[in-house]
Amino acid sequence: MTETADRTAPGPALEAYRPPRNQWWDVWDQFKTHKGALFGLGFFVFTLLFVFVGPLIWTLDAQYIDIRARNAGPSLAHPMGTDQLGRDTMARMMAGGQTSIAVGLTAMALALILGTLVGVLAGYFRRLDGLLMRTADLFLAMPLLPLLLVTIMLFRDPLRANFGPEGGIFVLIVFMIGVTSWMQTARVVRADVLALKEREFVLAARSIGTPSHRMITRHLLPNVMSPIMVSATLGIANAIITESALSFLGLGFPSDFPTWGRLLFDATDWLTQNPERVIWPGMAISLTVLSVNYIGDGLRDALDPRIRGR
Amino acid sequence: MKRYSLLLGATALALAPAAAMAERGSSGHLNIIYWQAPSTLNPYLSGGTKEVESASLILESMARFDETGMMVPWLAESIPTVDNGGVSADLTSITWTIADGVTWSDGSALTSADFVFTWTYCTHPEGGCAQAGNFDGVTSVDAVDARTVRVNFAESTPFPYTAFVGYESPVIQAAQFAECLGARAPECTDANFGPIGTGPFKVDEFRPNDVIELSANPNFRFPDRPYFATVTFKGGGDATSAARSVCETGEFDYAWNLQMDPTILAGMAAQGRCAIEVSFGTSVERIHLNQTNPDPALGDARATVEGGPHPFLTDPIVGQALSMAIDRPLLTEIGYGAGGQPTCNVLPAPALYASTANDACLVQDIPGAIALLDGAGIVDSNGDGIREYNGVPMRVLFQTSTNAVRQDAQALIKQWWEEIGVETELRNIDASVFFGGDPASPDTFQKFYADIEMYTNNFAGVDPQAYMASWLCGDMPRPQSQWQGNNTHRFCDPAYDALVAEMVRTADLNERGRLAREMNDMLVRYSIIPLIHRAGVSARAATLEGHRMSEWDSELWNIMDWRRTQ
Amino acid sequence: MLTYTIRRLILAIPTLLFISFVIFLIVKLSPSDPTAGLPLTIPPEVREQIRESLGVNDPVFVQYFKWLKLMAWDEPLHFIEGTTGWQVAPDGPRIISYQTRSPVMDLIAQRMPQTLWVVGTSYILGILIALPLGIISAYKQYSVFDQVGTFISMVGFSVPTFFTGVLFIVIFAVNLGWFPSVYNTTHVVTDWDSFVVQLKQIMMPVMVLGLYNASQISRYLRASMLDNLNQDYVRTARAKGLTEKIVVLVHVLKNSMIPVVTVIALNVPAVFGGAIITEQVFKVNGIGQLLIIAIQSGDVPVVQTVSFIFAVLIVLFSLIADILYGVLDPRIRYD
Repeated sequence: MTETADRTAPGPALEAYRPPRNQWWDVWDQFKTHKGALFGLGFFVFTLLFVFVGPLIWTLDAQYIDIRARNAGPSLAHPMGTDQLGRDTMARMMAGGQTSIAVGLTAMALALILGTLVGVLAGYFRRLDGLLMRTADLFLAMPLLPLLLVTIMLFRDPLRANFGPEGGIFVLIVFMIGVTSWMQTARVVRADVLALKEREFVLAARSIGTPSHRMITRHLLPNVMSPIMVSATLGIANAIITESALSFLGLGFPSDFPTWGRLLFDATDWLTQNPERVIWPGMAISLTVLSVNYIGDGLRDALDPRIRGR
Repeated sequence: MKRYSLLLGATALALAPAAAMAERGSSGHLNIIYWQAPSTLNPYLSGGTKEVESASLILESMARFDETGMMVPWLAESIPTVDNGGVSADLTSITWTIADGVTWSDGSALTSADFVFTWTYCTHPEGGCAQAGNFDGVTSVDAVDARTVRVNFAESTPFPYTAFVGYESPVIQAAQFAECLGARAPECTDANFGPIGTGPFKVDEFRPNDVIELSANPNFRFPDRPYFATVTFKGGGDATSAARSVCETGEFDYAWNLQMDPTILAGMAAQGRCAIEVSFGTSVERIHLNQTNPDPALGDARATVEGGPHPFLTDPIVGQALSMAIDRPLLTEIGYGAGGQPTCNVLPAPALYASTANDACLVQDIPGAIALLDGAGIVDSNGDGIREYNGVPMRVLFQTSTNAVRQDAQALIKQWWEEIGVETELRNIDASVFFGGDPASPDTFQKFYADIEMYTNNFAGVDPQAYMASWLCGDMPRPQSQWQGNNTHRFCDPAYDALVAEMVRTADLNERGRLAREMNDMLVRYSIIPLIHRAGVSARAATLEGHRMSEWDSELWNIMDWRRTQ
Repeated sequence: MLTYTIRRLILAIPTLLFISFVIFLIVKLSPSDPTAGLPLTIPPEVREQIRESLGVNDPVFVQYFKWLKLMAWDEPLHFIEGTTGWQVAPDGPRIISYQTRSPVMDLIAQRMPQTLWVVGTSYILGILIALPLGIISAYKQYSVFDQVGTFISMVGFSVPTFFTGVLFIVIFAVNLGWFPSVYNTTHVVTDWDSFVVQLKQIMMPVMVLGLYNASQISRYLRASMLDNLNQDYVRTARAKGLTEKIVVLVHVLKNSMIPVVTVIALNVPAVFGGAIITEQVFKVNGIGQLLIIAIQSGDVPVVQTVSFIFAVLIVLFSLIADILYGVLDPRIRYD
């Protein structure tokens, strides 16, 4: 989870007493003034604590079936109620959150990195444009389900041998979601880069002989942060939901292995009889995505020197 | 005809007040929802239940099975038997007589030539007929005269009611399908989507995988039926939403195959708009224990006889302990409700064939299972909570198809097995792959690259001979047979093979019953663990009556008698 | 720009050939089988005969070229004959679905109306909601309107349609009884009353999908507007005395449309592809349902043909998007 830490708290604690003042301090100061972002960060940390530290306090096993207590509403013994087999919903929310957040963040990060890389390269280097964008077209046109069936058929057993049943599926799912959802980011980033590279400041930078790699990292990337942040937010939601669709189809984690998306899916049929069952996973997914969205908003503002100066 | 009328008379008597007034079309419009939509109306081109059942509104056969599994003459005048001379004494032919005055919906007469043509159509080598199994062993079909059809078999056939009986081998019109033999079958889209039949309804519009609009057949042989004038047969969605559209919104009158959580279904039915109908046939949800070793380390010899027996599942004591640990009544209550009964038999019906020798399994006995394993010296020697069998830790991979009810059952069984010291890993596989039989896929139920698997199987009709022959040594899926074969768990016992051979030779019904029960007992001790005898579950609107659900035939077999309450 | 367009159109042909071949390989490799849906009572020998009669066992290349020839030559002629009535169609075989044994193109034509009604309407609705939502949210950043809009669009995007669909059915069909829960594909719009019926039956799926689409587009528009609102040219425009309306709705909006155009162009082909889950929940039985059933039953010709048409639209719309960039920002050049 190191990556989450990087994202949420951009390293202030580490470099706290190092004069002259590091520019990340300015970023943090600006970030602090963004109420929504602080709230989002707070909620996200709370969620992380809930799913990762929670199981140490609430020690019920997420897979333990207590059949006599099935379909129970919230009570002291089961604060969030139980499911149709009498498994404790709170324990399942914690265990499910670990998987969902991990899948959401890593798959999003993979898609984002791939998409940004392809988008920037295609937008900046005209020679690569055709090839990369037609590859994006290929991935967009591919019917996802047969592709997944084929991948699972080919790679599940070797991965299971190397990473164990759950680890192997995790790698497979993250990889599959990542490589099938980078295209939108790539197209958006490319479009922005196409426009940016004709702008005056880029022309100016080029006229003084700035090499391509610095051009990209210094001038182009900071200016495409907005769409990337939006893609990140949408990407997390997309990854969590796609994962649930996969396990529903039998292509994901073993069926007794909870994830938020899966909990929401299973609860949907119980909508009229146990409405509280849909509320927990539904809220968890929405609020996590919302908090990431606010963190993204705050980060974008904080990283934009024009806003920071104001 | 006479017998039919007699039977009908009895039904009519029971429902006399409403039926007395009814006439054709008097009940108006009927809405049926099948959450899996039919893709064609030619049952010979697609053998899926959804296609065959929807076609049964239009196409009919000589005889049908009612809700008790009894044969009812339908297009035939009477059921041929040895006693009435309809079946030859040596059991090699059966002669049917078409009832008087049966016509196709276009007005032309049904003749024996249509039956001969139907047989030719389905047995054409290039046709890929899905119902070819119903004509197995048939050497020829003769038109004796315009109303008499004789079906000849290659050898003596104790149960000759396969061809032209039930909903799977109905008669199609020779005139309509004459140009559609063999490889040309798919070119006849109009005929496949709108077959002319003798049944109560005719097709007005067919949209594959979506909807069928039907109206009453004006030339139907009973002048007062069907009571419904028109039918909409809609497909799509899932079981829960189909139930909802009958029981909660009331948009539909009949929903089929509601395999869903019984608590949800009961909650919907409690609102009073619908009634849940169940009918038991031969379907059994069962667990198969792989008798061969599925260890990936064996490479190509994996899950084959050459790879050697399974390290511990071939021991009957292990199978018995696994079976004792399962609480079948609870599984039924959680997953099936009224749509299931706990069973200890892989052959649960008809009553003649159902064994009672194993009924002790109906009560869960975890301490007994633990004692059994301990007594056999199968203990946890290294303290990790998992027993070792000759040094091999008892870890099993338990696979089944993806389906909410099955996944709940899997989770429960896993917990029980872990209580007796058997570690279980669960896997669920999309049904299109699991049942797909693609030899390249590792996930098919025939390939069985797992220790244990669970699914439902049944047999068509009322005779178990072919079904019991599934577990012959020679019928194992293996690489040489492209992994095809019915004996999925690689059961092999020469004594069993001998019993199968004996059953083929035996005509006496009671003796056949004894043989079938004996075979059943060999299987369930303990390489197959039967769990639940499953029923078909459907919902009908409270205003719909005359419905008699048969699991032995199409659920819609007597749709001509359905009507709206006054 | 014209030469660029022509070059791209010519290049599209090898691209599409390649894409179609890759799709074909994937679909053929995938372990679904046309006999998977049959009852287990049908014996293995019969299953093998069925596969044989479908041509499933032919070599992959033979199957691909057969399909390609039909797709590139016979089917367009059938299409011309169907629309104009000229007798140009050849007599030979057509692309036949494994499940229905009928021409795939007929199936697609049968599914188009309901998919266009539901998915198309929801997409237009999504854009119509997203534009004002995105513009106002950005212009009044962190206002109540922005906060509420952000909340709704995030919830709209992160709650999956399999849930919102059922929720809507329970509320609007079961409890209130306003709308039907099952879509009637045979309904024909002939007059005002039947149009109202049609509106009622598309209402719920359109709301479910529209919410989802609006969320996505409005987020990109808001972010892009925010970037532009701080640019120097905006200050210049205001300094020149242009009204706020013109500054925002003409100058800023035009420059902010690039990501929005990208996302819309990316998703227009998806309108044709249908919406698998929403179609399933409301039993719309459009292209999405056709595709998913075909995948589940190993119906290679249907999956291949639908995916190919989808690929054509994707290649086409990515070209349209590229041309639109040039219109929105004349500095972008491809030559």
